[in-house]
Formats: sequence, C-alpha cells, structure tokens
Amino acid sequence: MRRRLVTVLLAVIAAILAVPAMAVADDQSGENLNGQIRIPETVEGIDITVFQGDEEIGAVTTGSDGSWEVELPGPGDYRVVLDQESVPDEFVVDESPGAEIEVSVRPGQQRTVIFRLAPPGQEEAEASPSESADSGGGADAEADGGGEEGVTTAPGVSAGTPFGTKVVQLAVAGLIFGLIIAISAIGLSLIFGTTKMINFAHGDLVTFGAVMAMLFSTGAGGFGNSLLVLLVAGLLAAGAGSLLSGRAPRPVPAVVAAVIALVGVAASTVVGIQGEALDWEVPLAGAALVAVLMGAAFGAGLERYVWRPLRNRNVALIQMFIVSIGISLMLRHILLVAFGGTRQRYDEFQLQEMWRLGPIAITPRDLSIVGLSVLVLVLVACMLQFTRIGKAMRAVADNRDLAESSGIDVNRVTLYVWSLGGGLSALGGVFYGLNQTVYWQMGFHLLLLMFAAVTLGGLGTAYGAMVGGLVIGLVAQLSTLWFPSQLMNAWALAIMIVVLLVRPQGILGRRERVG
Amino acid sequence: MDFLYILATAIETAIGPIAAVYALAAIGLNLHFGYTGLLNFGQVGFMLVGGYGVAVSVSTFGLPLWAGVLASIGCAVLLALLLGIPTLRLRADYLSICTIAVAEVARLVYRAEFARDVTGGVYGLQGFASAFYDANPFPRGDYGIGDISFSARDLWMMIAAWGLVLVASVVMWLLIHSPWGRVIKGIREDEEAVRSLGKNVFAYKMQSLVLGGVFGALAGALIAVNQQTITPDQFMPQVTFYLWAMLLLGGAGRTLGPVLGAVVMWFLLTVFDETLRSLAATGVLPFLQGSDVGALRHAMVGLALLLLIVFRPQGIIGNRKEMLVNVK
Repeated sequence: MRRRLVTVLLAVIAAILAVPAMAVADDQSGENLNGQIRIPETVEGIDITVFQGDEEIGAVTTGSDGSWEVELPGPGDYRVVLDQESVPDEFVVDESPGAEIEVSVRPGQQRTVIFRLAPPGQEEAEASPSESADSGGGADAEADGGGEEGVTTAPGVSAGTPFGTKVVQLAVAGLIFGLIIAISAIGLSLIFGTTKMINFAHGDLVTFGAVMAMLFSTGAGGFGNSLLVLLVAGLLAAGAGSLLSGRAPRPVPAVVAAVIALVGVAASTVVGIQGEALDWEVPLAGAALVAVLMGAAFGAGLERYVWRPLRNRNVALIQMFIVSIGISLMLRHILLVAFGGTRQRYDEFQLQEMWRLGPIAITPRDLSIVGLSVLVLVLVACMLQFTRIGKAMRAVADNRDLAESSGIDVNRVTLYVWSLGGGLSALGGVFYGLNQTVYWQMGFHLLLLMFAAVTLGGLGTAYGAMVGGLVIGLVAQLSTLWFPSQLMNAWALAIMIVVLLVRPQGILGRRERVG
Repeated sequence: MDFLYILATAIETAIGPIAAVYALAAIGLNLHFGYTGLLNFGQVGFMLVGGYGVAVSVSTFGLPLWAGVLASIGCAVLLALLLGIPTLRLRADYLSICTIAVAEVARLVYRAEFARDVTGGVYGLQGFASAFYDANPFPRGDYGIGDISFSARDLWMMIAAWGLVLVASVVMWLLIHSPWGRVIKGIREDEEAVRSLGKNVFAYKMQSLVLGGVFGALAGALIAVNQQTITPDQFMPQVTFYLWAMLLLGGAGRTLGPVLGAVVMWFLLTVFDETLRSLAATGVLPFLQGSDVGALRHAMVGLALLLLIVFRPQGIIGNRKEMLVNVK
C-alpha cells in the first residue's frame, strides 16, 4: 500500500512537471490531448476516445510507438476514455489513474494524458517508484515530440546565456560528442580499409556495448550470466578448435569445438534458469570492461563465422553490404525485444555538481569521459604506429594484396581489426550512454554520424576517423547556436555531402580516383 | 490457433493496398539496383517526399489532389538531382552512405519544429485525400470470397494501387527492352566499357535515379492516400530494408521480381506475425509479449536478407549471372 501511495504521488508530481513544460513548449498552435502508452512497454492499437460532456470530440488508435493525439476544438473540460476491450490480454488498465480521466485544457495547451497499463494481478505490486518516475519523465521528454532524436545540447545553455559562454559550453559538448564518435568510428574505418566493406551493423555494436554495460552494472542475474557463459564457451570452442586443427585428424577439432559449444549452451541454460540466485553486479567501470570484452569477442565472432566464410565464397561486396544490413536489423531488434524500448540511464555518476574550470563548466563525469577517450585514442594511435600488429593493420588497410604478398597473414589481421573495432565501439557505446541515455536505437543514430566522420576524414584511415569524428561532433553541437537542435544531426550529414562534392577522398585520404 | 483466419489475413495483406505500395517502391529500387547497379539505401526518402508532396499541397496549400501528385513527382525529381550530382560520379559505396544519410536528413527536416506550419511536424497531416474516396464508384459494403473480404474503400484503393503497379511494370519492361535499357544494364556490368563507347554514364545513371525515385514517390503518395494521414516517423530507414528484402526475394533485375517479392514477403510476414500473436495470446511462449512481435518481425526481415544473399542471391525468379555485380 505504501508503494502504491508513492507511485500515485510521483505520478502526480510528474504530471505537474509535465504540464508547464508543455505550455511553454507549444503556445502557438491549437489545443490537443496527447500521450503515449509506453509503460510497461509501448502498445499499439488501443482505442482512445475524447468526450466533451456527452458529445464525442474524437477517437484515435495508438500508433506503433504507443502514441496518440486528438485535436480539440478549444479549451474546456474533457473526458478521455480508454477502451478496455482494445487492450491486449497481457495487460489490464491500472486502477490509478484508471481508464477514464477528466482533464481541463487551457487555451493553447497541448496536454499530455497518462494512462498506465500493468500486467494482470500485479497492478499494485509491480509499479515500483523508479518505474513511475520514469513514466513521468518519459511523458515530459516525449511531449514536445523533439525528444526522439536523442542528443541533448550542452548543460547550462539556455536562452539567457551570453553568446561567448554558449560557444564555450557547446564546444565542450561537441568535443565530448566528437570523441565518442571518433572512438566508435575507428573500427568502422579500419574494417573498411582492410576488407573494403562498409559495416552497416557497426552502430548496433555500439548499442550492444552500452546495453551490456547496463546489464552488468544493474545486476546480471540470469540473463547476463547466461550470456557470459555462452561467451566463454564460444571462446573455448574456437580456441580448442584452432589449437587442434592441424594436429589431430580432420574431424576431431570440429567435434571437440561442437561438444564444448553444446556444453556451453547447456550450462548457460542452467545458469539462466537459476536466475536471480546467482545475482551479482559490478560498478559501472567493471561493467564497461566486461562490455568491451564482449564487444571485442562479438566483433571477432562476426568476422570469423560470417564475413570470412562469405569472402571465401567470393560473395560480392554489394551483397556483403546487404548482409551487414540484415545483421544490423536482427541485432537491433533482438536487443529491443530483450531489453525493452525505454530510455535508461546508468545508476552511477548521474547527479553531479558542475566543476568550473575558468570559463568552462563541466561535470566530473564528462571530464573523465574526455580524459579516458583521449587516452584510448592515444593508445590506439601508438598501437597502430609502433607495434607489429598495428603496422600490419595499416599495411593491410593500405593495400591488401601487397600486404599479403609480403607475408602478412591477412585473415589474422582482419580478425584483430574486427575485435579492435568491436571493443572500441562497445566502449564508445558506454561513453555515449553515460553522456546521454541508453536505448535501442542509439547506435543507429550514431551510425550515420560515424559514416559522416569516416567519409570526412577519409575512408579506410584510422586517423581520418579520429579527425572526422571531432569535426562532426563540433559541427553538430555548434550548429545549435543558430539552428534548432533537432537539426544538429542533419547539419553533420550535410557537411559530409559538401565534403564529397569538393574533396571526395576526405581530409586525410590520399588523392586517388574514386569514381 | 485458427489457421484459416491466419491464412485469410495473410492473403488479404498480400493482395491488399500496402503490398501494392511496397511493390511500386521496389520497382523503383529494381531500376536503381537491379538494372543500373546503384546502391540506393534511401528509397524511403523518395517515398517521404512523395507522400508529403500530396499531403502538403492538399492540406496546407489547398490544391486539388492531382496537383498534389504532380508536386510529389516534382519533389522526387528534385531530390534525385540533389542526391545524384555529388555522388553519382563517385564509387558505389559513397552513394550507399549518402542515400541512407539523405533519407534520414529529409525525415529530420520534415519532423522539425520550424517546419510544423507546412508539414505538421511530428504530428503530420491528416485528411487530404477525400477527393480520391469521393470518386469511389463502388457502393458501400464488403466485397470478397469466403473469409477474404475488403471494404469498398479498400477495393477502390487496391484497384488504383495495383493499376499503378501494372503501369509501372509495363513502363519498366518497355524501357529495359529499349536501347536505353541496354545501356543501363551495360553500366551495371561494366561502367568503363560503356564509357569507352562514348556514352555519358553520369547522365544515364542520373536518369535511372530520377525515374526510380519517381516510382518511390508515387508509392509514398499512395501511402498517404491510403491512410489519409501521414507522419514523418512512418518513413524510418527500416522501410528501405524491407524493400531490399522484397526485391532480393523476388529477384532483382526482373520486371516482375519486385512485384512477386512484395506479395510473397507480405504473405510470409503476416503469417509470421499472426502465428506469433496467437501463440503469445495462448501463452505457449511465456517470454514473449504481444508488443514484441513487431520487433521480431524486423529481426526476421534481417535474417531473410542474410539468408537470401548467402544461399539464393538471385531470389525466386532472378538470373544468378546477372546478380554478380560488384563495386568497381
């Protein structure tokens, strides 16, 4: 009962918070009522009718993202009724606020109405405080319709801030954003360099990293353990297979690998069924490390078990692009099904005091993102510049045939490139999730910016991706000085198209015939 | 589980207006990829400008519906020119990156706050195609055989949409069997060879991009008319990937490939959807919730793309040799 009370209170507070925000956001256009059925998940096809007195004003059905909207003839009191027949069987309408809500609409107001669904029989218990806080915040963020595209502008920037401060703050935000893009895009560029393939699934590797870090930092009972066991089993199977191949007669390595993999699947099922009994969680830093390792293994697995066989079958490059699109669709939607469609934040490092360093105000969280990103970029650059494998990577990226004929094991280098790319994009995902929010489409939105970054910097060069990422991040954030923030990604992509017009090889690309 | 119901629903979808819309857009994509070898990952951008061409002309500027359709064709031509001039001279992979980016930029611009007076922003526009439905010659009621039935409205829409698909297919057949078509296919096989014969490859590619884009725009206009409502978020990049899956399933480089692909694909998707939904409703799959079905469907399309490319790149009726195009 206490929980229930807290829920109601929080919902009321959220509604109070949401309403003024709405009024400020849209006071030009006409009145309407809107909302989104998204707790516990988005539900399509629910009928909602609006009455004034006994007269029906309008009826709508929620769209694929659970959102609905009814235009109103004018201000006044309205009754919003949710048709309980249209609710899917797995849900019932929560008793608070119920299926019928009375609202009064002020002139020019676009009012958000919150309906809550709950699994049957759990209406009271399941609505935990955090969830309802999320629902309030979510309604607020979705209310102006601009929330979807994700990237928020720099903190501390509002209409009244002097121009100079705004420039500095946006430049800092752009730097952070650019570093994140750069880290994620290095792999994309190197993969293009070594295999001439554009990896359309790279954005979803970013999401994968962010989601994995979320999983392991918020308690990895059941599902997380299963994934880990599967990963270890896969690594063991691959390792045993490659160790035995050439030393044992032909069928032995494959059989051993298959047996290990099967045992792994069985073990992961057992661990999954054990569920919360084996619950454990690590701080976000540890979770990030796990996520990076898993990202690297995932990238390597893709190369070893998808791309290398395809290359051996002489599948043409265009066909490979389409396969990568297929993989990205699968990965993205499996992540959506497994982890839900709501935006989440990591528990740690959230509410922080701004530090003032001269004219710059920055949270310690963002400062450490900058520091760590720069460190990682420098390490990657050193690796590429001074180590044997790094030199081999650059050689293969430069000219695959020449590298192969001078004795470099191209397949092995490609495998390392993929695991490097997977790990770095997972790290980029953790940083991006820390800086913004974690949700299933974050990587896809970042992918287009990564494309812009690698084309800008020069396809196939690692340093180009770093430079291009920084430029794209800065352009995106600084464009909000003059243009609406919804269009910041559009400006970054526009820059890419302009660059293609004047310098198709990119900033650092070597001049060659590209058409 | 009601198999008859599932089957009837699947057939209704497979021959319904939505399948026709996708077939039309896939015909445009077939011209781009199947015949010219252009990697267009932004066909949904053409559909977006096409749909909004109708909606904005009628709702915002009060023009008649036919003028709206002309406007949407004009928008598609403009978009194709904008897209083609910087990228068609470059390698195919640049075009693929740019098309996906431009389609997304277009969506962002149409849903932006400042465009709300014209495009309705995130909420889109409604009720602009009454002229089309007023011309419906069929009296009210349901038409059909057995469990498969359509309302008079749907029937009228289907006749218009499939009629357009037929016209587009005939146009494509005539074009491809003309000298122009031979040059286009030559570009797909070997651009340098065609160039050395003195053909202006850039101009031909541009014509192909424009024409395929116009088919896409007409499909977008049909979407708008069919639903009587349009929002920018209907035009997510996934739509393009659906089109690719349909094209590859039917067979790229064949006149009837995209049409067949759209029909078969919608049939299979609906069967998949409805089966999962009824399984979820009966509670056989406890981990599955009703709202996950849509997401799983997208994942299935991804898997279909992957398997098709690996095991049958020519699709149902394609010619394997024609599908060995590569990036030069």
